[in-house]
Amino acid sequence: MEYAIVFLPLIGAIVSGFFGKITGDRFSEIFTSFLVSISTILSFVVFYFVVVQGYANNITIYSWITSGDLKVNWSIKIDALSSTMLVVVGIVSSLVHIYSIGYMVHDDCKTRFMSYLSLFTFAMLTLVTSDNFFQLFFGWEGVGLCSYLLIGFWYKKPSANAAAIKAFIVNRVGDFGFALGIFLIFYYFGTVNYSEVFAQIPFIVGKQINFLGIETNVITLICLLLFIGCMGKSAQIFLHTWLPDAMEGPTPVSALIHAATMVTAGVFLVVRCSPIFEYSQFALNFVCIVGMTTAFITATIALVQNDIKRIIAYSTCSQLGYMFFAAGIGAYHVAMFHLFTHAFFKALLFLGSGSVIHSFKNEQDIRLMGGVWKKIPYTWILMLIGTLALTGFPFLSGYYSKDAIIEFAYLKNSTIGFYVVFIGILTAIFTSIYSWRLFFKTFHGKYSNEKIIIENIHESPMIMLAPLILLAVGAIGSGYLFKDLFIGYGSSGEFWRNSILFLNPIINDHPPIWIILITPLLIMISIPISYYLFLKDKKILTKFVQSHKQVYEFLLNKWYFDELYDFIFVKPIKRLGLIFWKHGDIKTIDQFGPDGFAKLVKFFSNKAVQFQNGYIYHYAFVMLVGFSILLTYLILI
Amino acid sequence: MNFPILSAVTFLPLIGSIFILLIRDSSEKAINNTKYVAIFTSFANFFLAIFLWFCFDTSTADFQFIENKQWVRGYFNFRFGIDGISILFILLTTFITPLCILSVINSVKERVKEFLIALLVMETLMIGVFCSLDLVLFYLFFEGGLIPMFLIIGIWGGPRRVYSAFKFFLFTLLGSVLLLIAVISIYWITGTTDITQLLEIKIPKEYQYLLWLAFFSSFAVKLPMWPVHTWLPDAHVEAPTAGSVILAAILLKMAGYGFIRFSIGLFPVASDFFTPLIFLLSIIAIVYTSLVALMQEDIKKLIAYSSVAHMGFVTVGIFTLTKQGLEGSIIQMISHGLISAALFLCVGVVYDRIHSRMISSYGGLAHITPKYAVMFMIFTLAAVGLPGTSGFVGEILILMGAFQKNILVAVLASSGVIFSAAYMLWLYKRVFFGKINNNELKKIYDLNKTEIFILSSLAFLTLFFGFYPDPLFRTIDISVSELIKNYEMNLAFYLTEAAK
Repeated sequence: MEYAIVFLPLIGAIVSGFFGKITGDRFSEIFTSFLVSISTILSFVVFYFVVVQGYANNITIYSWITSGDLKVNWSIKIDALSSTMLVVVGIVSSLVHIYSIGYMVHDDCKTRFMSYLSLFTFAMLTLVTSDNFFQLFFGWEGVGLCSYLLIGFWYKKPSANAAAIKAFIVNRVGDFGFALGIFLIFYYFGTVNYSEVFAQIPFIVGKQINFLGIETNVITLICLLLFIGCMGKSAQIFLHTWLPDAMEGPTPVSALIHAATMVTAGVFLVVRCSPIFEYSQFALNFVCIVGMTTAFITATIALVQNDIKRIIAYSTCSQLGYMFFAAGIGAYHVAMFHLFTHAFFKALLFLGSGSVIHSFKNEQDIRLMGGVWKKIPYTWILMLIGTLALTGFPFLSGYYSKDAIIEFAYLKNSTIGFYVVFIGILTAIFTSIYSWRLFFKTFHGKYSNEKIIIENIHESPMIMLAPLILLAVGAIGSGYLFKDLFIGYGSSGEFWRNSILFLNPIINDHPPIWIILITPLLIMISIPISYYLFLKDKKILTKFVQSHKQVYEFLLNKWYFDELYDFIFVKPIKRLGLIFWKHGDIKTIDQFGPDGFAKLVKFFSNKAVQFQNGYIYHYAFVMLVGFSILLTYLILI
Repeated sequence: MNFPILSAVTFLPLIGSIFILLIRDSSEKAINNTKYVAIFTSFANFFLAIFLWFCFDTSTADFQFIENKQWVRGYFNFRFGIDGISILFILLTTFITPLCILSVINSVKERVKEFLIALLVMETLMIGVFCSLDLVLFYLFFEGGLIPMFLIIGIWGGPRRVYSAFKFFLFTLLGSVLLLIAVISIYWITGTTDITQLLEIKIPKEYQYLLWLAFFSSFAVKLPMWPVHTWLPDAHVEAPTAGSVILAAILLKMAGYGFIRFSIGLFPVASDFFTPLIFLLSIIAIVYTSLVALMQEDIKKLIAYSSVAHMGFVTVGIFTLTKQGLEGSIIQMISHGLISAALFLCVGVVYDRIHSRMISSYGGLAHITPKYAVMFMIFTLAAVGLPGTSGFVGEILILMGAFQKNILVAVLASSGVIFSAAYMLWLYKRVFFGKINNNELKKIYDLNKTEIFILSSLAFLTLFFGFYPDPLFRTIDISVSELIKNYEMNLAFYLTEAAK
């Protein structure tokens, strides 16, 4: 069964990719969707067994790399953590497959698209079911590859190509750190299998290593290096710039890869490595701070963006920040819970926005939308559910997971915990404001698109709406239904078991009532406020923007990260490359090397040629000189 | 087994080339015959090599299939033999050559017969390098390869072929001379040139440094290492496709093989002493040439520079002298042999069609030639070292080995992984994506059957060894362990001697 879960999508990808031309579009669409759906159903079965019976398994498929002490297997590891991920990946992936049938209806390369989607699903499944860091890395780069292929799917668009390369290279920077982390692990433990590494961790607590001249703790260093990989994959601050650009890809891709699954791989890794992170308070604090910074900064950027998908993309960065700071305060299970609920409502929002974009004939600017809620009522209500769930409106899924993070942080009773509470609540308010801004500007107010007349706006077909409805059910119910399982009293012992390590027992006190109430209250208040600001009286905002022009520009340009990187990295590296080539290779090495040597030889041979000019008196003269030198030499001796 | 199988593998191509030489007619039929002879001998040789691999005993580190004949009485013998390391290179050579011959038949129009002869002679010389168990014999094969290569570049090359051919010759000759002097002095010091004996004899410490440097200068040029790499881009640019393929896939590997067999095996003290130098040059090669590759405007030059960077990884791996590092280097060489061969063949495909190597004259090819785009993508990703391709296995092991020796080296070398992604993907984008701007591209056609066969067989192996490199590991396992063990024993011996 485990084999089927992982390999069915691969079969789909291969058949659709190589034989798509023969089998036809419709066949490959149905075939891939069918296989992924089967895999999802089987994931549910596995998940059920894990929940009910505490099922766990570690299958070795075959040996991949054997070099000295290094032994790596292809494997499928099933435990609470991986089965949760299997379910998340499976649900979103199968729904996105089905949705794509409707969304890509006008595209010429359907088989290629379906093949990439299935390949992505396969890579993601190998990532989560790995029992060692090598296979994890395989999945890690595999999903990166699929992300690259899918972002650049419309390869005629230069912006899509640029975004694809950017995504790959920024991720590579993260992977660079990740790979070093794996090397360090192997260096210290002589193995890269999770179980063997985790078992040895307690014995090297307090060991120091000299890393590039800096004396640091080994465990902390391992954690930080691995976390650099997570920052790349999960688009955390400094390595987040690729995610908003990745919205150049087709919208189903954004939903699957850049919202629900791939970007959460970083969170998954931190949780998976909880047995390492638990032993380094410094690393946990670092994770926490990076998470908070990202959550806050990207939320501020999301406030002013105008592209519907970019707003949601920044929102994703911000929510991933939440997951990280949850993990950073040691609440790994809450981080996983937020990952779980987030997958539903964020996929819903993306696919919903895809439906909007589809209705507007590929228009993505929310300034050119508005007033269409009666025209596309299903999309409207689905987006409403998504927005409510994202903002954490009471009793929807986001409410449970987000508040749980804030409560846990409060109960932590440490300085960093209180920071988390503060940033968590502040970001929640921002989240609410930008989400409602998006919602109101898209669906309400005045219709403001001049290219398409309002009569031409149509609801999307059923094949696109059906997956949305299922996701909406998840966005509403997943919080309430799975709360007890994931973060309830004793969940760490009953459900997670040894897939997550909690060094300190989880605090199960009840936080004061105000901390439970404050976030939902603020969020509910922010709805009428946003309504007023973005729909009723826009003048207040316009005035505010004009009086704070610089701040607005700063946010609109995304804190100038791209410009900064271009200035610090891209341009100097290109210039350096040119200098090395033109001045290093051509002007120095060649000039003094072979060309110089050739010139030297030519010079001397020219001189030598001049001697042989045939005049007897020249020869006689040379003879005379030579003779006198010889004579002098003999006399002197 | 009494059948001299190694001689058979080595000299079969030579015999084939003699047959071709005998066909003295320029009618179409005769030319076709030459083609068939070439294809037949090269493929037969490949299967012979597979058979050799099949018979090969992976449970011992000793040299196998030894052949010993008197050559120059009392001085040196004709001695052949292989171990787990050399057999992989023989397989690589016999695999790449038939593909080259196919591509020549497919695309070269002038003097096909002579080209085929040059390729077959080249094959004999290359296999000879990996089989030789005598220094003089090794030297002959090693430097003999220069001549056919020089001719291939000089006769079938591009417009600046003479300059490139001479540059190539000048650089490599510099190394050869020093290597020759070193070989003579080794004979003078030890009284033998038999490699099996030399590996037992402990060459006095004071000689090792100079001898090591002499060997190094020859290998460094061939590999090539920074700063003696500048002949490679020029040679590649001007060489015909098959020439580039042989050059990148096999000729460069002879130097890597030389490092493993001679520098480490014969001069452990000097190897230990000069390791920082190797690391320094390799790191410069990786970072410097990666940056240079980024800015290239010529596809072939870009791939040539990327070769230098990839070979930089190899030297790092060899001199870590850890199991992972060494095995990684060998696998990296095999994998680079496949990948760079494929990439040069890919460039050859479009060059045959519109006769331009400039990146700027392409763009949007993915629309017109989808099969070609897929193939090129696979090899691009393999060059980037994506897990699941053979490039990954080699690189990650090398870096792992380097990390155990020197963290700084590992960190700097790892940065090459980012750069390789940058230059390869940027190249791919500029050639395949975007809109078609060049009108000439409209008449370009997709891969024909021969090209599909060549490229897909390379792609298959690249992916196969990416997911299942075990056959390679099993072949080299014992030999590499033995190599490291000997090295460490020798080093310890010299150290205790110094202590006395």
